Amino acid sequence: MASITLTVNGGARTIDVRDPDKPLLYALRDDLKLKGAKYGCGLGQCGACTVIVDGEAVRSCVMPISAFAGKKITTIEGLGSPEKPHKVQAAFIAEQAAQCGYCTNGMVMTGAALLEKNPKPTAAQVKDALAQNLCRCGTHERIVAAVVKAGGARG
Amino acid sequence: MNMHTSRRNFLKSTGALFIAIPFASHVTAQGRVAAKTVDPAQVDAYLALNADGTATIYSGKVDLGTGLRAAFPQIAAEELGLQIDKIKLIEGDTLLTPDQGPTSGSNGIPKGGMQLRQAAATARQALIKLASEKLGKPASELDAINGEVRPKAGGAGVSFASLVTDKGFELKLDTKAPVRDPKTHKIVGKHVPRPDIPAKATGRFVYMHDLEVPGMLHGRTIRPAVIGAELVSVDESSIASIPGAQVVRMKNFLGVVAPDEWDAVRAAKMLKAEWKGGGLPTDSAGLRDYVKAQKVSETEALDKAGDFASAYASAPKKLSGEFYWPVQSHASMGPSCAIADVKDGEATIWCSSQGTHRYAKHFATMLNMPPNKLRVHYLDGAGCYGMNGHEDAAADAAFMSKAVGKPVRVQWSREDEHALDPKGPAQVITQEAALSADGKIVAWHTTMRCPKPTANLPTIPLLAPVEADAKQAKGIATGSLSSGGKPPYDVPNLLVEVHWLEDTPLRPSHLRAPGKIGNCLAVETFMDELALAAGKDPVEFRLAYMSDPRGREAVERVAKLFNWDKRVEPRRNGKGRGIGYTQYKGDETYVAIAMEVDVSADGRIRVTRVAATHDCGQIISPDGVRSQVEGCILQTIGRTLYEEVKFDRNHVTSRDWASYPILTFPDVPEMKIELIDRPNEPPRGAGEAATAPVAAALANAVFDATGIRLRTVPFTAARVKSAMAESGVKFG
Repeated sequence: MASITLTVNGGARTIDVRDPDKPLLYALRDDLKLKGAKYGCGLGQCGACTVIVDGEAVRSCVMPISAFAGKKITTIEGLGSPEKPHKVQAAFIAEQAAQCGYCTNGMVMTGAALLEKNPKPTAAQVKDALAQNLCRCGTHERIVAAVVKAGGARG
Repeated sequence: MNMHTSRRNFLKSTGALFIAIPFASHVTAQGRVAAKTVDPAQVDAYLALNADGTATIYSGKVDLGTGLRAAFPQIAAEELGLQIDKIKLIEGDTLLTPDQGPTSGSNGIPKGGMQLRQAAATARQALIKLASEKLGKPASELDAINGEVRPKAGGAGVSFASLVTDKGFELKLDTKAPVRDPKTHKIVGKHVPRPDIPAKATGRFVYMHDLEVPGMLHGRTIRPAVIGAELVSVDESSIASIPGAQVVRMKNFLGVVAPDEWDAVRAAKMLKAEWKGGGLPTDSAGLRDYVKAQKVSETEALDKAGDFASAYASAPKKLSGEFYWPVQSHASMGPSCAIADVKDGEATIWCSSQGTHRYAKHFATMLNMPPNKLRVHYLDGAGCYGMNGHEDAAADAAFMSKAVGKPVRVQWSREDEHALDPKGPAQVITQEAALSADGKIVAWHTTMRCPKPTANLPTIPLLAPVEADAKQAKGIATGSLSSGGKPPYDVPNLLVEVHWLEDTPLRPSHLRAPGKIGNCLAVETFMDELALAAGKDPVEFRLAYMSDPRGREAVERVAKLFNWDKRVEPRRNGKGRGIGYTQYKGDETYVAIAMEVDVSADGRIRVTRVAATHDCGQIISPDGVRSQVEGCILQTIGRTLYEEVKFDRNHVTSRDWASYPILTFPDVPEMKIELIDRPNEPPRGAGEAATAPVAAALANAVFDATGIRLRTVPFTAARVKSAMAESGVKFG
């Protein structure tokens, strides 16, 4: 069986690959037991599976694992922890920006990727960046407030 | 203390739900956990005081992302007299928690929370009595504070742990045990952060989807392209290339299992099967007519006052209208998922059901085993807003596990979730009302057409047992669909009726505020029509017919919060404001919502500003209530503007987020919410009430902006544009 080496959260991880079309999401969740990224649609429509690859927010449910050799992947677990949260994660906790929280991974990762490019986004810029991320519970206002807060700009 | 060693260890580990992998070491058979009472009449069913000074509370109601996980400990901590961080909560486990009924109908706090409060009050009373003997002081001079019973006047106290024996309280829950005076509350009504959010924000929280059980296989169901089709043949060789993949077939139930999840996904796609027959009696385009033509099995008069028929007949000014609410999906962000381990005549099921106790019985019937051989654990799923596919996924997993003799995890695909989740049914609501010559409402008649709740009907709600032709317990109720048809106003001649329909094309379920958003839309837009006909401003007109001071306050305060501009005639310049008001279920939470919209020439509606007042009596968890109100408003704006399940004569065709759009970030308006706290009133629910007036306020705002009455949901740009073209509406 072929294998592929990925760089995940700063470490090299080798995964056996039977099907090179297997989406990255399944490798992260099932092979590496990194369950933070969620299966939402498998269609790249909702954003629940978002990870950061070389600085860009990427939908791991549709991209085949073979496309990630040599790239740096950060998952939500690598972003921060409950003890040492990333500033976006800390802001989500402070703003209580989750109801069911199933979409939170995508919101946090897309928010973190946005801050890398635009460190102090306005609320309108955050809404624009999250336009393709879906939340069903209606937590949008808090999510926007959290990302704005993490950047430190005035909403 | 009242815990056997085995149970203490067990609880220690289940308490680790937020960390790492829970339950992995507890795939135990039913009898291996020491008995604990789950009798809802007993104090020990709800709480246990532990030797280390902590308390464990057991709740049959579960947190569905609504914040009950913060609120229940607040209630127990306050009433017991214990620090909140010393409280552990176990939710929904059918072996350990009392059956308090499903977490539905916004009854988590009003029913579940109040049972817990009463259990804790009974416990406090008992602790004080025990301490009184120990300290030689009268009970009236003692109070329970921070885990001790102490003299109110000061001095040494005794710890709770030292007062309770190994056997627990062994007390009946005293429904009359005095509860603490709200004036003394230190935890209830204050902000307590939700304990699950740090783990959720950092990817550590273990959702149902993230749980792994040793030795588990991954299962996927294969369902026909035509609803109700029969399985003719399966070509097992079509998945021979996938390692370890097996077909599970029980009559028309078809699944595959494989050790690797992606392999299971591939196998489900590759498996060749032949189906025949099936179909639906109408498509979504024809559903409104279908509902109107559907046989009425029963007509029920829900409310009557005076004599509607004669008052209407003799009135000088009459209005009427017909409203339509479409089929909608829970559209949960994550598809339904469950794990089942069925072997040796016993079963353990991990599921995100809002009614683990109810469905434990269901699953036992379906698996043909006694209920005491089956245990259901609750884990958070993606939010559901009533019964979605969680229980179906569990039934799928249970059949597959039984067939292969190993634990099986089933996760639906997005397409299946959109297609198969039981849905909020369509409603047709008609209104007739009349005004007197001087513009007073003299008669009002609401008629609702709703599918009869499936309770007590042979309708079988879960998919897998139907397909496998297995026994199934009786159906579920679809959540008082007919509530909210009564106008919340003083009307002298009133008739509120529901025509219960025999059937509806897709499986009906309770979807957040079942029926009530559509009913409130009909009642509240009609109230606006009456206001216009009477030549009155909509807020002023409503207040003239409201006698309940709490309702009046909600409306008056929302008008102020919104900065309501009084006006009789619609503005018709593309910008408008509207109001909607409800008292949820007729006697629960009061909500008033005012809304501002922009309607563009292409028919697109943008909600720009929302103000809401919300009175749910005593507030336990203010941020929890606020978060629910925000969610109710935003979700319902999306339901009103965009959502309609589309289907042809074969099956649901809106199977993804492109064909079933929901609210997105650019749609989010500015929101102002005022919570009206009434500490001396009983707490009412907050999970649904604020959904009810949203569609009405939106429709009324669109009328102000355009002069067009929207009576058919969703208010899509195409629908609004064609209505504007028909009426010759132009802006600018």
